[in-house]
Amino acid sequence: MDAFLMQYIDPYYLRILVLIGINIILALGLNITTGVTGQLSMGHAGFMSLGAYTSAILSLQFAAPFWAALLCGALVAAFFGFLIGIPTLRLEGDYLAMVTIGFAEIVRVFFLNFEPGGKAVGLSGIPQNTTFGIVLLLVIIVIFFNARLLKSRLGRSMYAIRENEIAAEACGVNITRIKVLAFTIGAFLGGLGGALYAHYMFFIRPQDFAFMQSIELLNMVILGGMGSIPGTILGAIILTIAPELLRIVAEYRLLFYGALLVLLMIFRPNGLLGDVRIYDLRKRWMNKEVGA
Amino acid sequence: MLELKHISQEFGGLRALDEVNLIVNEGQIYGLIGPNGAGKTTLFNIITGIYQPTEGGVYFQGQKIDGNPPHQVARMGIGRTFQNIRLFAKLSVLDNVRVGSHAVTQAGLFGSILGLPVVRREEKQILHKSQTLLEMVGLQDKRWEYAENLSYGEQRRLEIARALALQPTLLLLDEPAAGMNATEKQELMSLIYYIQKEMKLTILLVEHDMNLVMSICERIAVLDYGRKIADGSPEQIKNDERVIQSYLGAPA
Repeated sequence: MDAFLMQYIDPYYLRILVLIGINIILALGLNITTGVTGQLSMGHAGFMSLGAYTSAILSLQFAAPFWAALLCGALVAAFFGFLIGIPTLRLEGDYLAMVTIGFAEIVRVFFLNFEPGGKAVGLSGIPQNTTFGIVLLLVIIVIFFNARLLKSRLGRSMYAIRENEIAAEACGVNITRIKVLAFTIGAFLGGLGGALYAHYMFFIRPQDFAFMQSIELLNMVILGGMGSIPGTILGAIILTIAPELLRIVAEYRLLFYGALLVLLMIFRPNGLLGDVRIYDLRKRWMNKEVGA
Repeated sequence: MLELKHISQEFGGLRALDEVNLIVNEGQIYGLIGPNGAGKTTLFNIITGIYQPTEGGVYFQGQKIDGNPPHQVARMGIGRTFQNIRLFAKLSVLDNVRVGSHAVTQAGLFGSILGLPVVRREEKQILHKSQTLLEMVGLQDKRWEYAENLSYGEQRRLEIARALALQPTLLLLDEPAAGMNATEKQELMSLIYYIQKEMKLTILLVEHDMNLVMSICERIAVLDYGRKIADGSPEQIKNDERVIQSYLGAPA
């Protein structure tokens, strides 16, 4: 599929499309933890890193098939998501953010000193198995399952926890279980995204998954709209493209990038699609018609 | 049905409840009244498992329930509303009620994401039941609105619908009429009557509106400074010397 597309699309654009796809998967994972369940996680890059290194080592050292490397990467990340989910039962907001930042830093420093992971030099020569076709397929699957989950009984109870924990408990929601579940699913997708990333880039280093990467992913969720699948996808697309478009302004790139975020938050404090629903749109549209 | 035995609750050095005994029988509408800070809401929080009583025990249908976490207590069939409304503000009215049915449904992670027939059937039942409840409290037309956009009275009714969605046998209402106008109060009274008859519920309610309490409760207990100072029929309470002194006040 990629070879076919290459005839029509510049490889540079194809690369951006692949990165958008990977970022959508990563951001949708974080959206479940932070956007839907309301548990502020600032260490999503840590899960990404675990997925990337696990899969890369499996591919390089054990010549594991690509799908097995992806799955193992995601599962290892999910396991750590489960572990990190446990302290969240006692912590909220800022405190939880500190724990997740700390976790991601531990992961980074661990790989910085991890012999099979190539220490600070990182791993190179990872087979480039991630193709546009595979990313597209996985994005569709992830969106589909995500939508199913959020519309289900468990998804509703996740939103309920974000809105009011005490009321959720009074409705019989076991908030302990649901929070850990949200962290585990979020981490699973983080690991999957990381594994795809590693097999696209040939080469990974611990600093690819540093604090700024976590913030970047968090920005996608917040910018798009907490808890909204279309919003998160839009956020991932915009924030992947923005740095590329801003290449025109060269060294002022980061400045414009920051300003863009500030402006969006001023005019859309709930994110681009955070509180937009088809129902409201239809209502507004009908009111307009009556008015005219 | 519900029995509180020698319940005491201490917060630091403060004794919020002191040796409270209470027996609510099946099918009763039981009123709990008393001045602000008397411990009424604390008592609700003990029954629903938010607090663990310092002393004493809570028995529900003959079973000791204190020490269970709130979600377990809810699953045993105790629904509640809150004094300071606790709705899921950014969820639709319908979803608020649907979350309420969490305790009586089963769908798990894999069933949900795979969309198994069992799960879909369950979803249909939840939807049907939720709409029936919304119809009952008169919010069916607003089912797609965000809960935060409802008026105060509507929000209180939505809380009742959400509590009913867990198919409780005991319903705890914490100041259901607070902030309502006279008409809304009248409607609320008939609603409480209706759900009690229709669903064969036992209701325990905290309320400051004496008119409402005296007219719908079969039995009333009065708390003052964490102690139960009286309990009996509305007539007995109205004429009780201590209750008049500490709460009702003498007629002018």
